[in-house]
Amino acid sequence: MAKKVFEKGKMVPVPSHSIIPERDLHKSPILECSHLGIDFGGLAAVKDFNITVGRTEIAGLIGPNGAGKTTVFNLLTKVYHPTRGTILVDGMDTSGKTPAQVNRMGIARTFQNIRLFNNLSVEDNVKIGLHNHTRYNALSSIFRLPSYWKQEKIAHESAMELLSIFDMQDLADHKAGSLPYGAQRRLEIVRALATNPSLLLLDEPAAGMNPSETVELMENIVKIRDTFQIAIMLIEHDMNLVMGICEGICVLNFGQIIAKGTAEEIQNNPVVIEAYLGKQKEG
Amino acid sequence: MKNLLKKKTTRTDFLTYLGVIVAFVIMFALQQADMLKNSTQGMLVPVCCFVVMAVSLNLTVGILGELSLGHAGFMSVGAFSGIIAAMSLEQSIPSDLARLIIAIVVGAICAAIAGFIVGVPVLRLQGDYLAIVTLAFGEIIKELINCLIVGYDENGLHVMFNLSGKLSVENLNMTENGVAIIKGAQGAVGVDKLATFPMGFVLVMLCLVIVLNLVRSRTGRAILSIRDNRIAAESVGINVTKYRLMAFVISAAMAGSAGALFGLNYSTLSSTRFDFNTSILVLVYVVLGGLGNIWGSIIAAVVLYVLPEALREFNDYRMLVYAIVLILVMLATNNDQFKAMLGRILPKRRKGAAANG
Amino acid sequence: MTEFLNYLISGISLGSVYAIIALGYTMVYGIAKMLNFAHGDVIMVGGYVSFCAVFYLDLPGWLATILAIIVCTVLGVVIEGLAYKPLRQAGTLAVLITAIGVSYFLQNAAQLIWGTSTKSYASVMPGNLALGGVTIPYISILTIAACLIIMVVLTQFINRSKLGKAMRACSEDKGAAQLMGIHVNRTISMTFAIGSALAAIAGVLLCSSYTTLNPTTGSMPGIKAFTAAVFGGIGSIPGAFLGGILLGVIESMAKAYLSSALANSIVFAVLIIVLLVRPAGLLGKYVPEKV
Repeated sequence: MAKKVFEKGKMVPVPSHSIIPERDLHKSPILECSHLGIDFGGLAAVKDFNITVGRTEIAGLIGPNGAGKTTVFNLLTKVYHPTRGTILVDGMDTSGKTPAQVNRMGIARTFQNIRLFNNLSVEDNVKIGLHNHTRYNALSSIFRLPSYWKQEKIAHESAMELLSIFDMQDLADHKAGSLPYGAQRRLEIVRALATNPSLLLLDEPAAGMNPSETVELMENIVKIRDTFQIAIMLIEHDMNLVMGICEGICVLNFGQIIAKGTAEEIQNNPVVIEAYLGKQKEG
Repeated sequence: MKNLLKKKTTRTDFLTYLGVIVAFVIMFALQQADMLKNSTQGMLVPVCCFVVMAVSLNLTVGILGELSLGHAGFMSVGAFSGIIAAMSLEQSIPSDLARLIIAIVVGAICAAIAGFIVGVPVLRLQGDYLAIVTLAFGEIIKELINCLIVGYDENGLHVMFNLSGKLSVENLNMTENGVAIIKGAQGAVGVDKLATFPMGFVLVMLCLVIVLNLVRSRTGRAILSIRDNRIAAESVGINVTKYRLMAFVISAAMAGSAGALFGLNYSTLSSTRFDFNTSILVLVYVVLGGLGNIWGSIIAAVVLYVLPEALREFNDYRMLVYAIVLILVMLATNNDQFKAMLGRILPKRRKGAAANG
Repeated sequence: MTEFLNYLISGISLGSVYAIIALGYTMVYGIAKMLNFAHGDVIMVGGYVSFCAVFYLDLPGWLATILAIIVCTVLGVVIEGLAYKPLRQAGTLAVLITAIGVSYFLQNAAQLIWGTSTKSYASVMPGNLALGGVTIPYISILTIAACLIIMVVLTQFINRSKLGKAMRACSEDKGAAQLMGIHVNRTISMTFAIGSALAAIAGVLLCSSYTTLNPTTGSMPGIKAFTAAVFGGIGSIPGAFLGGILLGVIESMAKAYLSSALANSIVFAVLIIVLLVRPAGLLGKYVPEKV
């Protein structure tokens, strides 16, 4: 099953730093990080993080607990400001930008501990994602001008269309907080997609899902990449998922990249095995 | 349209408007027929003002999700700027209605400016820290207005700050035709009572339209999303500072308009009328009415404003009774055991917007 | 110079009262995470109880103070048990409004019992100490001394005693504290008891320096003390002490040298500026939300 999904992505040749050098040669990468690092109280949580992600790549970020994976996501989305290094999104520097501005530059994300707008409906959650693509101002909403009705109709239709990716249209009127865990994770992905990103960051999308849900999720991630032609970077502990759909994998330990490569390369890399299982005692 | 009416929120909004209109029509008819007691008559305008106050504070506390303890400060700014506007235009604009409208607009604008000045620093903080700073600003506004001496003559407005506490209206050096408008700690004196009940109704409706339509729109969703999860709101590209400030300023502007109407309902008005206790009073309306629940705020404001007056027979005991009722209601709506007990008595009780948040 | 010293001492004395109240506030906030607006009114009750003890029962000042402490401690525990305990799972606003209800209740009950008129309060320690040109009321010395003693004892108590440890545990994480066998409800009750006892002491000292007493005596000092607690970093004991003293001195100086009409505004303006520079107060720890 997993194998089949993997073959869906088409391999294209590509520039250096990339985890998989064959992709997207004819286009500039969507994300370039160089020498990225952050200190927390003198301790380097992430150091010298270099990565390039191609336009339509599915990249995996793995590593033991506490390796700094989520910190990397927080750096990319400007929840934390990096102490060192630069992040280029679509060739543009993100230094000094706020999380909201970075989102408008094309990075959307989900959270490890789900962060939905729990008291609002599923549809409203997605519509909030559509915020920057709905064009009318506060005055037209107060006076209910024609632009309000027109744009609201478009927003409603787009929201429904996005929800249909995960077959969630019927849940549109439910409160987001009342959804089951798996559906909440899916809704978070839909909400992130609604912001029309060119790079989607998924923080443990399969956490708490059962094996069949995970398989479905894998198919959907690939489907999202194929339909929206976007890059996806994901943090995940489920190795079946990571090895199954990630075209390039980056392994982080103690805030540093210890290995980059394809699933096969990573699986056989002794440094990675050591990081996960500890040093094998000889004899 | 028909489809829209099926939506629960739209139906609630419609019923809210309808309720306010019906209540107004009944009270207005009774007023015209001279069937109201003097005390009831005197409450019509203040009730409208406090309904607007509750609705506007609900925008900050219930919808934006930030506890504000200084809402009366904005009412105060609106009241005194409205009074100044109405009294200084007495000669040039003879129409009472026109002056009333101008006063309300001026009050709203001044309060909005105050809201902006207060909001920029305040909204950098969060939670209880934000609450205490709004309280601080409310007190500062009160004391500043307490020092204000304003008069008007043919040369225009004369404004002075009585910082030492030794100055009085004489120090304004007005001509003989000069009229003192605000006399420092004494407050505004000799105010024309321009406020009318229909105007109060119009103001309530206007605020309802603004708040309800705003909430069910792109802007409102952005504000609600900040309340629910600020970090997630930022992650989907919402300019958190902008929308928090917007909600705060709109809320302040509405409080200012209510203040202007309130100020023009009395012949004298002191800034101590808008102290911390007034802010708390309005907050009580909002919390009892339900956070984010607009019709709840309206009903709570009306009932709780009228209740202490209605309890006049108990005289000394009325505020004590009010306090006990307040505590009991909070226990009844927020304690699970209490709720379960109520649930058994009223099995069909609908799960509405809970009063906690 | 003597004038300045006089103002400084009266500022420190006033600040000591604020600090004592703020200590109670900060402890209650630290553990119950609630803005207890009724705290100021417990001060007023303490004032009235000691007033009655001296005026009607002819008790000496120290005995009146002890009586006030006992009454307020009981009152604090009763308020917590009846009004706040049932709301432990409820939202912060619900608790806040309940606290306001309790505050109204205490003020109006006091009004019914003792009337609205302002009583003149005989200081528990009259007289002045003349040091050169500086006259220091004995009550100021007593206030400052009391504040220092309370501060030291409280710090030791919180850091050393078993109950103090339980309090710290509860303020950190109630659920975990409960799992470790700490009786959370009892600990919170004890915190209210201590806070209310401090309020009683503050009530006696406050009324002794102002020599007046009415049902709303406690409100403004309560709010100011709360400001002081936030100023120093709410939840922090040394913060409350520092915040209280600073606030008192600022208020006294502002009254003397800037504008008596705007003294409170100046105090609040300083608070706002401090919070903008240090969002968690002078000694508070700023903990950003974890993503």
